[in-house]
Amino acid sequence: MDLFEYQARDLFAKHGVPVLAGEVIDTPEAAREATEKLGGKSVVKAQVKVGGRGKAGGVKLAADADEAVARATDILGMDIKGHTVHKVMIAELSPEIEAEYYVSYLLDRTNRTFLAMASVQGGMDIEEVAEKTPEALAKVPVDSNSGVDIAKAREIVAQAKFPADVAEGVAEALVTLWETFVAEDALLVEVNPLVKTKDGRILALDGKVSLDENADFRQPEHEALEDKDAANPLEAAAKAKNLNYVKLDGEVGIIGNGAGLVMSTLDVVAYAGENHGNVKPANFLDIGGGASAEVMANGLEIILGDPDVKSVFVNVFGGITACDEVANGIVQALALLESKGEKVEKPLVVRLDGNNAELGRKILSDANHPLVQRVDTMDGAADKAAELAAAAK
Amino acid sequence: MAIFLTKDSKVIVQGMTGATGMKHTKLMLGDGTNIVGGVNPRKAGTSVDFDGTEVPVFGSVKEAMEKTGANVSVLFVPPAFSKAAVVEAIDAEIPLAVVITEGIAVHDSAAFWAYANEKGNKTRIIGPNCPGLITPGQSNAGIIPGDITKPGRIGLVSKSGTLTYQMMYELRDIGFSSAVGIGGDPVIGTTHIDALAAFEADPDTDLIVMIGEIGGDAEERAADFIKANVTKPVVGYVAGFTAPEGKTMGHAGAIVSGSSGTAQAKKEALEAAGVKVGKTPTETAKLAREILGA
Repeated sequence: MDLFEYQARDLFAKHGVPVLAGEVIDTPEAAREATEKLGGKSVVKAQVKVGGRGKAGGVKLAADADEAVARATDILGMDIKGHTVHKVMIAELSPEIEAEYYVSYLLDRTNRTFLAMASVQGGMDIEEVAEKTPEALAKVPVDSNSGVDIAKAREIVAQAKFPADVAEGVAEALVTLWETFVAEDALLVEVNPLVKTKDGRILALDGKVSLDENADFRQPEHEALEDKDAANPLEAAAKAKNLNYVKLDGEVGIIGNGAGLVMSTLDVVAYAGENHGNVKPANFLDIGGGASAEVMANGLEIILGDPDVKSVFVNVFGGITACDEVANGIVQALALLESKGEKVEKPLVVRLDGNNAELGRKILSDANHPLVQRVDTMDGAADKAAELAAAAK
Repeated sequence: MAIFLTKDSKVIVQGMTGATGMKHTKLMLGDGTNIVGGVNPRKAGTSVDFDGTEVPVFGSVKEAMEKTGANVSVLFVPPAFSKAAVVEAIDAEIPLAVVITEGIAVHDSAAFWAYANEKGNKTRIIGPNCPGLITPGQSNAGIIPGDITKPGRIGLVSKSGTLTYQMMYELRDIGFSSAVGIGGDPVIGTTHIDALAAFEADPDTDLIVMIGEIGGDAEERAADFIKANVTKPVVGYVAGFTAPEGKTMGHAGAIVSGSSGTAQAKKEALEAAGVKVGKTPTETAKLAREILGA
């Protein structure tokens, strides 16, 4: 889960990373009080989870409270690269800046360890620095178990060739940033820019944090950081039912078991769509290995509730869960939906293979539901589902 | 022969007495796996009856190894306790630990991986978030259905469980030497490369099927490895061409970040290494058939 800047700022402050004061608001008028609290001047910063907001006009200085209200009025509701601004942060004005740096910790998947990255060329897109002047970006592996103490932080600072007058301050910031990374179960903590001010302070002026949702069991406070407004309503409904669902922009609804098989199903449907009016998969939905009738019903309900969906492809490989159970699940799910007064009108193509496939297919044939068609190969079923979606488009 | 797991493997189950552990221990026994014990400190000294097979429960991995000669552990331990369980397996120096658990925090898997390295990698870790591995006709360590296929000469390595089953099913008439599910998490123990190296060295494997998916660069590095080290034919499949950038597709590790981790890049890297890559699982199976003349 990626956080907003203000949420990153709050987590940094909690763990002792030096930051400026800041308050998030969602109405222009609230900018007045927030600015007054900061002594009458502020920076109004759009809160969007995308880079380049400064260039887009999403960050403005306000010399007084009236101006802050005016700037907040401009920025709230603004569209930045497809992201609507719903919140702004009213931040303390930074003291004059002498230099901008970059520091981060992230997971290095390739080496299966954590990585510290640091550069004295901060304030710009770090991918650009990495590409154009790779020598200016120090990458230092960090052992998960020994972590970053002040000695390790000094090593990172030395490798990135920070000037002597800021070395100790940056090293101290790196230790607190590591504490943030570990204590919050983050996948990424990034400060860009980390600045040196004229009065000699080291400050984190902007930051990015991404949290590991697998750690939610020990991070009860993280749930409140979720951006519930931005979530697609179908994704939110699926999440409430513990379904692993991602909304996409096509017309063929997809239900399958196992992440890999579902990803593969999306691809196969997209290929089939090339022959049928370019229809595409409408979603990713993995109902997992032991899919019961209830889980199948929940999944079908989400997918049939998506107005973009014109046909549904249920692609199941019976492993531990046998196909007869899955077939019963589909039949019961349709009955369950109909008993709830929901009209099922979209055609379903079902492919069952694997454990007890014959029995599962027979159950579907016997049920003889007018909207359910059986196709016994994955490629063939994808083609049929794409054809039906194209016809209904 | 086979890789990592044979009929001589003596398997213990950490988390055997939980609901998932019980269910799959029974299935593994049914597939002929030599299960010599379970581990649960609170139930040490008792035993569990699986349709007439008494499986003793030990207090620790170390004790189970001392008393039974176990050399493989399969872990069905909930995410919150997985790190401690894997560390225990590493400390006991069991040669193979198969971590089935899905949903382990990355800071935990990174920690046990670093710990395994520190201890000299005496324990091969497979997973986490994987279906385990099977050597058909000999032994099954995990949750792969044992009745999909028979012993044969294809080796399979995959990030995905259900795609493993799908591919074993497509090629069920030919059969498999071993099939290894390495898991869909961002940090995993055994990689595609480790399995490719083992299949290359296995005299009973004639062809290798490698299944990848979006996220990270494991497939690209596997492609480099194949080019330099693998003489046996390799057939590949990559899932996730239609996955949007920045969205996690079910598996924690399955995410395209910016322009990296895409299915297209992985396919191109594999093809450049001489791997024939199928567009769909069925087409991939067809490519394997053509090469084997079967």
